[in-house]
Order: sequence, then C-alpha cells, then structure tokens
Amino acid sequence: MRRLSVFNLTTLAFGLAFLYLPIAILVIYSFNDSRLVTVWGGWSTRWYAVLLHDRDLLAATLNSLAIALASATLATILGTMAALALTRFGRFRGRMLLSAMVYAPLVMPEVITGLSLLLLFVAADVDRGFSTITASHTTLTMCFVTIVVQSRLVDFDRSLEEAAMDLGCPPLRTFFSVTLPLIAPAVAAGFLLAFSLSLDDLVIASFTTGPGATTLPIRIYSEVRLGVKPEINAVCTVLVAVVATAIVMASLLSKRGAAAPGLPGR
Amino acid sequence: MKRGFAPWADPSQQPLVRFDAVTKRFGDVTAVDRLSLDIYEREFFALLGPSGCGKTTLLRLLAGFEAADAGAILLEGRNIDGVPPYRRPVNMMFQSYALFPHMTVAANVAFGLKQDRLPKGEINARVAEMLALVKLERFAHRKPHQLSGGQRQRVALARSLAKHPKVLLLDEPLAALDKKLREETQFELMDLQARLGTTFVIVTHDQEEAMTMAHRIAVMDHGHVKQVSPPADLYEQPNSRWVAEFIGDINIIETVVVSQTGDHAVLETAAGRRFSVGGVADAGAQAFMAVRPEKIRIALTPPLGGGLNHVAGRVVDIGYLGDMSIYKVRLDDGSVMRASLANARRGSERDIVPDQPVWLSWPPEAALLLTK
Ligand SMILES: Nc1ncnc2c1ncn2[C@@H]1O[C@H](COP(=O)(O)OP(=O)(O)OP(=O)(O)O)[C@@H](O)[C@H]1O
Ligand SMILES: [Mg+2]
Repeated sequence: MRRLSVFNLTTLAFGLAFLYLPIAILVIYSFNDSRLVTVWGGWSTRWYAVLLHDRDLLAATLNSLAIALASATLATILGTMAALALTRFGRFRGRMLLSAMVYAPLVMPEVITGLSLLLLFVAADVDRGFSTITASHTTLTMCFVTIVVQSRLVDFDRSLEEAAMDLGCPPLRTFFSVTLPLIAPAVAAGFLLAFSLSLDDLVIASFTTGPGATTLPIRIYSEVRLGVKPEINAVCTVLVAVVATAIVMASLLSKRGAAAPGLPGR
Repeated sequence: MKRGFAPWADPSQQPLVRFDAVTKRFGDVTAVDRLSLDIYEREFFALLGPSGCGKTTLLRLLAGFEAADAGAILLEGRNIDGVPPYRRPVNMMFQSYALFPHMTVAANVAFGLKQDRLPKGEINARVAEMLALVKLERFAHRKPHQLSGGQRQRVALARSLAKHPKVLLLDEPLAALDKKLREETQFELMDLQARLGTTFVIVTHDQEEAMTMAHRIAVMDHGHVKQVSPPADLYEQPNSRWVAEFIGDINIIETVVVSQTGDHAVLETAAGRRFSVGGVADAGAQAFMAVRPEKIRIALTPPLGGGLNHVAGRVVDIGYLGDMSIYKVRLDDGSVMRASLANARRGSERDIVPDQPVWLSWPPEAALLLTK
C-alpha cells in the first residue's frame, strides 16, 4: 500500500468533512440541552423523551416504516423476478427494452417520476395515501433490487439447478429449495436497500401522498419550514441510525454472499 | 468380471437405451449428427472423443436437459421425448459435481429421495447405505466446502446413485482428481457398477481410463459414432485410420494393394517397398498399413531371411518414458516411424543411441490393413 501524502490526507479529510460534518453536527445537536438549536446548552437526551410524546411525529414514523416495509417487500419480489428474467432467458423479444425500462428509474429525476405517478393516480382516480406511496416507492426501488440480485445470478452455477431437477425436483420447487437459498444474501441486501431508500424519500412521497399518509420526511420538512425544533434533530438522528444500519447490513450481506462457498465466479 | 458379458452380440437382447438417428443442433453447429447407439443393461459404457465432439450433449439429451431436433431416444423400448428431466429414471453425475453448497453431505444425498416423498426412516436408511458405499459415513454432517476434491466427487456419486437410477450418466467424473486417486477411483467405480448392476455411461478424455473401466467404448467425432467396440477390439481392430490414430499411438503407411492371397494382402508404397499384412482388400485399391510401435522389433542388424516386413533407417530421437522408450526412426524415404521397447533391465535403453542405423521389422499379423 502506498503511503498517504499530506495532499491526499487533506483532500480525504475535506471530502469526509464535507460528507459527514453536517450529519455529525445534527447528531451532536440532537443531544443539546438548550431549547435554541444554535446555542449549546450541555448534553441531554431530553429531546428524545419529547419525541416519544409527539403524536404527529410518531404517527409519521410509523407510516414511513409501514410504507418502507410494504414497498421493500414488493420491490424485492418484483425486482428478483425481473433479475431472473433478465439473466435466465438468454434472448427474448423485448429483452433490451425490459432491461432499459428496469434501470430507467435509476437515472430519472425524482421530480419527474413523482409527477408522472401523480398524473397516473389522478387519471386512474385512485385515492391517494398509503397505497399510492407504497406503489410509487416500489417502482422507485425495484431496480436497485434487480441490480443487486442480477449481479449475483450472473455467476450462479446453473448446473446446481440442473442437478436438482435431475434428482426429481420440479422447476418451481428447485427455485425455492436451491436457487433462492443461494441468492438469499443478495435478495436480503436488495430488500434493505429498498427499505432505506423508501424511508428517506421526500420528493416522490410528497407527490403521491394523501390525507392521513404523512411520512416522516414530509413531516420533518414541513416542521423545519417553521423553524428547526430540537426534537427534529433527534428524530433525524434516529432516521440516520436506521438507514445506516440497513446500508451496512446490506453491504455485509452482499459481501458474505459473494464469498459464499461452493459458488463459482466471485 | 468383464469377460463373458456381451449382450450386444446377442440379437435377442433388448437394449436399455437406444439412440435412433438422433440429431441435435445449436444454431449452425450440429453437436450430434444422426447418431445411433445401443446401450445394454448392466453395461459400463464409455464415450470417448476429441473436445467438442458432442459427448456432453449426448448425455444431456439422455438426461433430458436438451431436446433432440430429430430422431428418437428410447429407454426400455419407450420413447422418452418430451419427458422432463425430473421424471426420467436417469441420474447424472456432473463434471463440476454440482453439490448443493447450503446442504450437508447427508442432505445432498437425501435430496433426490425427498423428492419421491419416501418415509423419513427409509430416506435415512438409504442415505446411510449410500454414504457407507462411498466410505463417507464420518462426513455426513459436513458441508461440501469442508471436503477434499476426492470426497466431493464421492458425495456426488452417492447422490446420483441414491435413487437407484436405471442409467447413471457420468460426465468426466474423475477429471478433477490427481492421477493416483483417479486410478483408485476407477477401480472403485468398476467395483460399484458390478455390485449394483446399474448401467453406467461415462464420458472421459482419458483413453486409458475408458479402456480400464468400460465394457464397450464408443469413439465419437463431430457428432458421429466412428466405432463401438470392447476396448481390446478398439485397440487391435480399429475400423478406420481415424480411430486407429485416435486410440493410442500408431504408424500409418499409405499403400496400394498389389495382390491378395488367402487372408494376407501384399501392399506396396509409392517408393516401391512391399509389405505383407493380414486382412482382405481388393487389388489395386488404396489402403493404409497400420502398425503400433510396441509391435515393431527394433534391431541393430538386418533381420535374417529378409522377410517382407522390414525397413532400415536411422534413429533420430529417443523418448525415455521410464517403463519403456520410444525410438523415432527416419527411413530412407524420409518418413518417420516410431517403435517402442520395454526397458526390461536397467540401462537397457542405452543400447540404441541417436543416429544409429537400425532395422525395424514386424510380422504380418501385427500390422493392420485399413481401407478408410
Ligand atoms: N448450449 C450450447 N449452445 C451452443 N452450442 C453448444 C451448446 N452446447 C454445446 N454446444 C456445441 O456443441 C458441440 C458439442 O459440445 P459438447 O459439449 O457436447 O462437446 P464435448 O464432446 O462434451 O466436449 P468436451 O470434451 O470439450 O467436454 C460443441 O461444438 C459446442 O460448442
Ligand atoms: Mg463435455
């Protein structure tokens, strides 16, 4: 390994500071005893206690968690199926189109995704709320699941599935008893990714939300417009912790999956 | 054990597997080309051929992973076209072993039995029996990645035998083993096959392996079967120049048939040298005289009596292989013949040195007359 020069160290420090200083300040100030957000009044966890009694904030948190859970589950199922179709059926009509379409939400500006979904829901005369946000988040996060699972399927040894069928196992059962257990780490990583993406989405959620379905990011955003309250810092810290945990677990899972014994490639 | 078993010579015997003019194409590659082949019950059958000649494809057709484009595959007289792999009484041992990495050795072996929904007690008994068969009882609770290559190979074998298939297909089962282990395993496989009476169809690249193990060998090239014979016949009676050159080492001399007397033919090379060879051919026809290096006598003096089959030349190269040496001899007409000699005593290989004039001779019965 090459030694880090002073220049490298400085850029690294600046880069990390740029990325993480704001978050660090947020976390530190969530433990601030003072009512004023900008004045340090000593360490305290009182805002976390306040948080527990803030009905609206708690409701929004529950909403967000429920939506994240539901949409991540849907996205995982659909995304895994798309990954299977893209890797397994060598050439079929519309393969290019399908893969382009799967990846489109990745590069599409969220405002456009949100707006088009809103138009769709209005045109279809769907009541906006929990279900519309869930559906929108599913479309947004499915492609991430597809990418994670697909990278795993590409170096999956097909002869394992053939061996299962050779031993008398029909195709569907083969999928559940051989394929799925072996790609499970990637599927779980995809799920966690989808979960955290759904949890912190503001743009699409605000387009597709309806009465009674305020998510946590929407809630935080609207509160902050009236001035930053200390308990917002606390709830954000919790959110950061949840998302960070999910992301770390996702990357650990996909790493563990790649190093799984018996799978060629890696 | 091998002797006396020859159902292919008995017209009243029904083949267990019959390939009837089977063709399989991949795009514009014809992997199997109008191939017909019969395999009998209890037979140990080997497929031998250069890389890409369609051996794996043939096994996959029989296992049901590929569908034939033309022709029929019969198992016990019934056409199995359209029967999916999970309903065929045929099991395959994969070249990569394809052990399920997330299951223990015992679970791998039990997998096929579970698909048949056998009672638990019976499954356990059968798994124990199979693991005992391949001597892996102590490893039942290990995962595949905790085993050596040879042990994995035996798990794969146990797993594919657990369902008592009618036919066991083995695609280069020993390729990943070192030479010594491979030889041991060859004998274990033969022993197992004889005890179980299962029909084995094995693909191998290794001629010696096929010769050692199989009752019959099919030599394939470009999707065709060139010859199907017991090992000794294949070696001693190849039916074409291609097979003769593919199996073992052989000297081929292009000749024209001069005359035929009794069961011997007299052949003549373009340079006017004449040979007498056992075999039948039409006078005037093109023919190849083929003689294996170990059937040639190499001498430092001209043979007495000056029989027909001898040539003079000079040693150009000596390959020392330990148990024997190969002598490359350049004849007067510039062609090179190879003769081999067992190194019967220590130092005996030093009697003949490079650039020495030598005489090669062979009896008419040792040479082969090939017309194609
Ligand atoms: N799935 C496939 N798609 C296209 N071509 C194929 C496929 N499988 C086999 N082939 C072609 O069919 C021919 C026969 O292949 P096969 O695998 O049967 O050869 P093989 O005799 O088993 O060779 P090897 O000894 O190298 O394993 C080859 O030319 C190969 O390229
Ligand atoms: Mg092959």
